[in-house]
Amino acid sequence: MAATLSLSCPIPLQVTDRILLGHGSGGKLSAALLDDIFLRAFRSPVLARLDDQAVFEIGGTRLAFTTDTFVVKPLFFRGGDIGSLAVHGTVNDLAMGGAEPLYLSAGFILEEGLDMDVLRRIAASMAHAAQVAGTEIVTGDTKVVEKGCGDGAFINTTGIGIVRPGVRLSAANALPGDRVIVSGTLGDHGMAILSEREGIGFDTSIVSDSAPLNSLVGTMLDALAGSSLHAIRCMRDPTRGGLASSLNEIAACARVGIELVETSIPIREEVRGACEMLGLDPLYVANEGKLVAIVAPEAADAVLAAMREHPLGLDAQIIGTVGAKHPGLVTARTAFGTSRIVDMLSGDQLPRIC
Amino acid sequence: MKFLDEYRDPKLAETLVADIRRRVTRPWVLMEICGGQTHTLMRYGIDNLLPPQVELVHGPGCPVCVTPLEILDKAVEIASRPEVIFVSYGDMLRVPGSTRDLLQVKAAGGDVRIAYSPMEAVDLARKNPDRKVVFFAVGFETTAPANAMAVWQARREGLTNFSILVSHVLVPPAIRLLLESPANRVQGFIAPGHVCSVMGYSEYEELARQYDVPFVVTGFEPLDLLQGIQMLVAQLEEGRTDVENQYARSVTREGNEPARLRMMDVFEVTDRKWRGIGEISQSGYRLREEYAAFDAEKLFGVSNTHADEPPECIAALVLQGIRKPVDCPVFGNRCTPEKPMGAPMVSSEGACAAYYRYRRHDDLVMVQR
Repeated sequence: MAATLSLSCPIPLQVTDRILLGHGSGGKLSAALLDDIFLRAFRSPVLARLDDQAVFEIGGTRLAFTTDTFVVKPLFFRGGDIGSLAVHGTVNDLAMGGAEPLYLSAGFILEEGLDMDVLRRIAASMAHAAQVAGTEIVTGDTKVVEKGCGDGAFINTTGIGIVRPGVRLSAANALPGDRVIVSGTLGDHGMAILSEREGIGFDTSIVSDSAPLNSLVGTMLDALAGSSLHAIRCMRDPTRGGLASSLNEIAACARVGIELVETSIPIREEVRGACEMLGLDPLYVANEGKLVAIVAPEAADAVLAAMREHPLGLDAQIIGTVGAKHPGLVTARTAFGTSRIVDMLSGDQLPRIC
Repeated sequence: MKFLDEYRDPKLAETLVADIRRRVTRPWVLMEICGGQTHTLMRYGIDNLLPPQVELVHGPGCPVCVTPLEILDKAVEIASRPEVIFVSYGDMLRVPGSTRDLLQVKAAGGDVRIAYSPMEAVDLARKNPDRKVVFFAVGFETTAPANAMAVWQARREGLTNFSILVSHVLVPPAIRLLLESPANRVQGFIAPGHVCSVMGYSEYEELARQYDVPFVVTGFEPLDLLQGIQMLVAQLEEGRTDVENQYARSVTREGNEPARLRMMDVFEVTDRKWRGIGEISQSGYRLREEYAAFDAEKLFGVSNTHADEPPECIAALVLQGIRKPVDCPVFGNRCTPEKPMGAPMVSSEGACAAYYRYRRHDDLVMVQR
């Protein structure tokens, strides 16, 4: 069939002159925002690597540096709160670079009228989370905005840590033959938050998995001591956008294909059920205490065994392999032996009509 | 897992596939009507398990996809008003009207909210007496009873700040249109289980008699679909044109009588335009005159606009099962889920979007073991 060529798109919806919620989803819209606005403005080669943390050398020491901002509704949820989440998020971004987190900053944007006791509870939770993660909050800032201009409390945390000598993690390192390992069940955080959000309110026992991953990463690196630390190619904590988005980023960056075996992906029964009800795919739902690692085949069993010894890695699984076919694409083999694409979403997943 | 794994058992799937292979002696073209079924078929690659003689084409049963541009433009116009809280199912928000979608209205300051049930919108109307709450009542016979219930409840409570923007469509008139088209290739239909759980299936018996085609009322899980296909192939090979019910755990011949009564109390049948297809007579619902006070189109006096579809888009052919999404010259290049040109690329349940999402590469069609 002959295509009718015209130079302009009849519905040029891509061009949006305003920020949409989807720009914060971690999907294609977020990536476009980064490309069009920030990379162009900041022009930093370190930033352009687009890892979860910047890694650079100062005086012979390799440092990891990262920042993250937390906006979550409700502020308190089963399994955590905005305070613990703000600490875990930044600790985990450092850990994914192979760094031991040292110091954190905390910036607060508070809405006029916020209950003082709520803030007290958030601060106590942050202090506890920092202590458990073996890090310290050493600087901070507070701003207050008028009522209606914020949603209770927004928190920014920045963290700095030292990268373990010999560790060089980058998504670009993934090679055909490598194994894909996840540290545990997927989708717990996102579904815990969703179940408590106004207007949905389904009863469930799903608890957020929010947790600091630096100790688990330490265990994984220790398991390789003596052999090559390069066997762990890269790690990601699949937060917003879920496992699917993290793996798509890795596949695109390393120009490899990733094939998942759907039946080996650990997902809790309650999470699967809730996702099914709302028409969501758990592979795109956020996690706050899970990691996915790309590991050389000869080291995969040792790393997996070490992870399963750690309380945060009990349900760790090898869920797929890196391949040379379909560079840039993530696919999944279904229980029926068929294959499908696990695409990057453009914006947030939206619940279906029926 | 309870109520999921039972319907996704690979061993049972193999048995069903083997049975289909055994029965089939010549090519058959089958259509699943419902977008939810298209989604399951693509996600699990069910069509790739079938023998080459069994071809599946995808029908017009994605409510998001077939909602016409004109209604979307009205939704955008109403949602942009400062006094309005516009409430919608989530997947309608990203559907482009002729200029904008509802997410962009929200970004520009419109009060647009996602709900999982129209009763949430009624509740919002109760809690916000100084605002006008409008629910976007979209969908097939499946969502109509709940929307009717919301209107009925609002009238009972005397709520004057609640209304609905109606764009309900009906399955049987669309099937009739397909069957009367000279280009029709479909020889058997997988009838939509959820629609039939409300409506029953006597309407389909009439269609089967009139057009000599078999129907199997089918569920939405992978094994439901395989069994529905097996039953259809059996009918076709045996020369039968019956209406059979695979989805007996939800559907009876009579359907849900109380739901239907409530629905017919509030709605009446009317002509409706389908995005990508055009106007189909007696193919939708509108509010009855006695419920006019709840009709957002009347209350807000939104103008009757006319919007044209882009000419390159072959949505009409795809929605009638005449062409496959990949046959379209703009598929995957100028038309993607981020930048949809036509109805079936708009929602995740549209045939083009399902192909794009799960099936962009030809060799993924191979069954791998």
